[in-house]
Amino acid sequence: MRAVARPFRRLRRHLVVIAGLGTLAYLLLPNVIVTVFSFNKPAGRFNYEWREFSTDAWTHPCDVAGLCGSLSLSLWIALWATLGATLLGTLAAFALARHRFRGRGAASGLFFLPMAMPEVVMAASMATLFLNTGVAFGFWTILIAHITFCLSFVVTAVKARVASMDPRLEQAAQDLYATPFQTFLRVTLPIAAPGIAAGALLSFALSFDDFVITNFNAGSTVTFPMYVWGAAQRGTPVQINVVGTAMFAVAVLCVLAGQLAGRRKNRRRGSRRS
Amino acid sequence: MTTAAPAPAPVRETAPARSRSARRVPYRLLLPGILWLLLFFVAPLVYQASTSVQTGSLEDGFRVTWHFATYWDALSTYWPQFLRSIGYAAVATALCLLLGYPLAYLIAFRAGRWRTLLMVLVIAPFFTSFLIRTLAWKTILSDGGPVVGALDSLHVLGLTDALGVTEGHRLLATPLAVVCGLTYNFLPFMILPLYTSLERIDGRLHEAAGDLYAGPLTTFRRVTFPLSMPGVVAGTLLTFIPAAGDYINAELLGSPDQKMIGNVVQSQFLRVLDYPTAAALSFLLMAVILGMVTVYLRRAGTEDVV
Amino acid sequence: MTATAPSGPGGSGTDVRLAGISKRYGAFTAVHPLDLTVPAGSFFALLGASGCGKTTTLRMIAGLETPTTGSVVLAGRDVTALPPYKRPVNTVFQSYALFPHLDIHENVAFGLRRRGVKSVRKQVGEMLDLVQLGDLARRRPHELSGGQQQRVAVARALINHPQVLLLDEPLGALDLKLRRQMQLELKRIQTEVGITFVHVTHDQEEAMTMADTVAVMNAGRVEQLGAPADLYETPRTTFVANFLGTSNLITADVLDASGDDLVLRAADGKLALPAARCQVPARAGDKILVGIRPEKIALTHADDAETVPDGRNRVRGRISSASFIGVSTQYLVDAPVATGTAGLSVYAQNVERDPRLVPGAEVLLHWNPGHGFGLDAAQRIEAGTDVDLGEAPS
Repeated sequence: MRAVARPFRRLRRHLVVIAGLGTLAYLLLPNVIVTVFSFNKPAGRFNYEWREFSTDAWTHPCDVAGLCGSLSLSLWIALWATLGATLLGTLAAFALARHRFRGRGAASGLFFLPMAMPEVVMAASMATLFLNTGVAFGFWTILIAHITFCLSFVVTAVKARVASMDPRLEQAAQDLYATPFQTFLRVTLPIAAPGIAAGALLSFALSFDDFVITNFNAGSTVTFPMYVWGAAQRGTPVQINVVGTAMFAVAVLCVLAGQLAGRRKNRRRGSRRS
Repeated sequence: MTTAAPAPAPVRETAPARSRSARRVPYRLLLPGILWLLLFFVAPLVYQASTSVQTGSLEDGFRVTWHFATYWDALSTYWPQFLRSIGYAAVATALCLLLGYPLAYLIAFRAGRWRTLLMVLVIAPFFTSFLIRTLAWKTILSDGGPVVGALDSLHVLGLTDALGVTEGHRLLATPLAVVCGLTYNFLPFMILPLYTSLERIDGRLHEAAGDLYAGPLTTFRRVTFPLSMPGVVAGTLLTFIPAAGDYINAELLGSPDQKMIGNVVQSQFLRVLDYPTAAALSFLLMAVILGMVTVYLRRAGTEDVV
Repeated sequence: MTATAPSGPGGSGTDVRLAGISKRYGAFTAVHPLDLTVPAGSFFALLGASGCGKTTTLRMIAGLETPTTGSVVLAGRDVTALPPYKRPVNTVFQSYALFPHLDIHENVAFGLRRRGVKSVRKQVGEMLDLVQLGDLARRRPHELSGGQQQRVAVARALINHPQVLLLDEPLGALDLKLRRQMQLELKRIQTEVGITFVHVTHDQEEAMTMADTVAVMNAGRVEQLGAPADLYETPRTTFVANFLGTSNLITADVLDASGDDLVLRAADGKLALPAARCQVPARAGDKILVGIRPEKIALTHADDAETVPDGRNRVRGRISSASFIGVSTQYLVDAPVATGTAGLSVYAQNVERDPRLVPGAEVLLHWNPGHGFGLDAAQRIEAGTDVDLGEAPS
């Protein structure tokens, strides 16, 4: 009896591990497929079925018309959208987290609202504005739209960080002869920096990957997600998978390198301590 | 001995002057952001509201005629898409919770030194364009693919066909594929808030519950799950809202029979160019979602999430 | 009246004068108009329960709080209008407020750098040696223990050679043993550098151990100011009597006020109290409170009553509980004179313990009349016994 029961009990103990790893596999499976199919040599225009191994796409990533152009446009837009949203959002987050004033609740709600709205609604309403005011769709309309929806995320990230900061730190700085400006530069900003960086990173990722809002406000301008969308209708070049795989690899490597650097720093500290 | 000074020194002039300029600081900080949102978030909604009650055509132009019937027409024409959106989003949200909870729990309590790596693996797919990843599902679910083959040989597809979630022994262009895509796309939005609230739970609470005669299941039901409620509420909202408005998954993985309300808004706006109908549908979608979220938050009892 | 504390050991410090200073938040008055002089080079403690206004007073000296009325004068210079970064004072904050993004060296160098000092390395090194943290210069604050963080906070303030060092509950986060150790350490540093220290605390033992002068604050006012021994031996209010240590307060009627000693009646017995030790003018027929510290009372078994010398105040009672503390035994005695609920407290040194002194025993309590003190009977007798000593900023 016992001998039979034991494997079952062990299975039950590890059920959460098995289920969790199953979910992780579900999350990562598409990335595996994207990577594998970046080495495919499809027969037709669509890269959905495996045919044979090839590194053509990796050696000639820009051979497909428009792909690399759209990629650099997306990076460019993401960069400016990040700058704009981070600047506006950080200022607002400081006001909301640091000050008590009339209308604070309303302002806080206004900054939250864009996140609580389905993207398609925001996309259509912004396009309506541009149509009605006669603004030509293109780079600028995309940029404006991206800043608008990234703003909320920056405010949320920075606000959380600033709110958790001990106000006595700024008082201590002032007590130690730092003028208000020096206090901001030397204490407030460095301590808020991780929140600002998180907001900026999120903005960059959101802007770079945005399709819905861009779809409504781009006109004939083609960002990378727009390119992929078009490709899904006309034919998917393998180079799309190359870009996807490269982005995934770069992201994972960056994070792991950061972790490794942090760990080495800790180890150095640890050895000094002993 | 210290007592009250007979004549307190007069209130100094500098104090109120300094605090008056200090009182303006938050407004100055907020001004750029608020202006931006008024111009590019509130004004568009106003324009859209006005558009939704206009009539006319692209050639003759649109004029405000307070034609509220557009709303009624839109609703009576597209109610199946509305219902489908809500249904798909609800099922996808439930699946996300079901799939996401074990992973969040695993990372929070059982991962040990693998915690960071697992977190990286949850977030990393974000860095590959979600369109590319969704297209990968087309490969995974393709008719001649291993998944269809395996499910078919296990007679699962026969069962799902009978249930009406798949059709003709295939996965692509079925409701199952769309829901599977929605679940996949919004799963991280469920896992991250769940993880955040689980991670805050003191591990000793589990020991305390065990000490007080609660088995693992009771501990989960009575201690862990209630404490993770903020994460559950935030996660379901972050999943449900975008899923209900999504049109990518239905477009790429579904057939015309799986069109959601987002697809209708998109095609009305970008293809049919019927702006009033698109605007009315947008507002209806917004109203439905806001209504459902309000009811949900009331029942969940937590107003201050996210 | 202006309070002036006796001069401290002297040194490079500066005197602090608060003139009619007060702070109101809307309808709430945190600090009532207050005149206070802290002599140069002294170790001055502001002692009180949370919410008594002691931290607000400190913050007004630092410039972190703008007074509603009054002025702050440092070494004869009115600094009331100066922002904190222009005042020659530095603060050791509650929970230290060390900059988490800077290492220990940079934390300590912060003030010097802001004032444009170019080469800080030598000074910082010396200062870290003074607080015995020389080898931790490159650590971050969160890698240090509570006691180490506290010393960094002191070093960070002291390196600027402030004219006055303000300490806001600097030992509040430390455990008891470390606290005792740091008390001595701070006292040593103060004697060494000779700077004026203003120390805010809710711990009466801490205040008495460290300070030359203690100001006891209650509800936004200074109740009494003086050397620790004076405050303890001759409290002027029931609050001070109860807040600093423990006091037995007995309600008594004045029978005769003509001699050097007042003759009093409490319950059915007579007590004596030197007229000079009574804080209120007493005439025959008045009611006063007689206070006596528990360790000043001797306990004799009722059977040996005749061995008690003449000239001592005597009170009869019955022991209701006895707790053995080690160095002493603390008795609670039910006595007719005890108007409070708990009875009289008696601390007896464990030198020669009388085995008959157990709960239920009839005893005679007696003390030297000169050890008692007289207080105005028109005060709340329990004032200062039920205060909140929580860590919340006051």
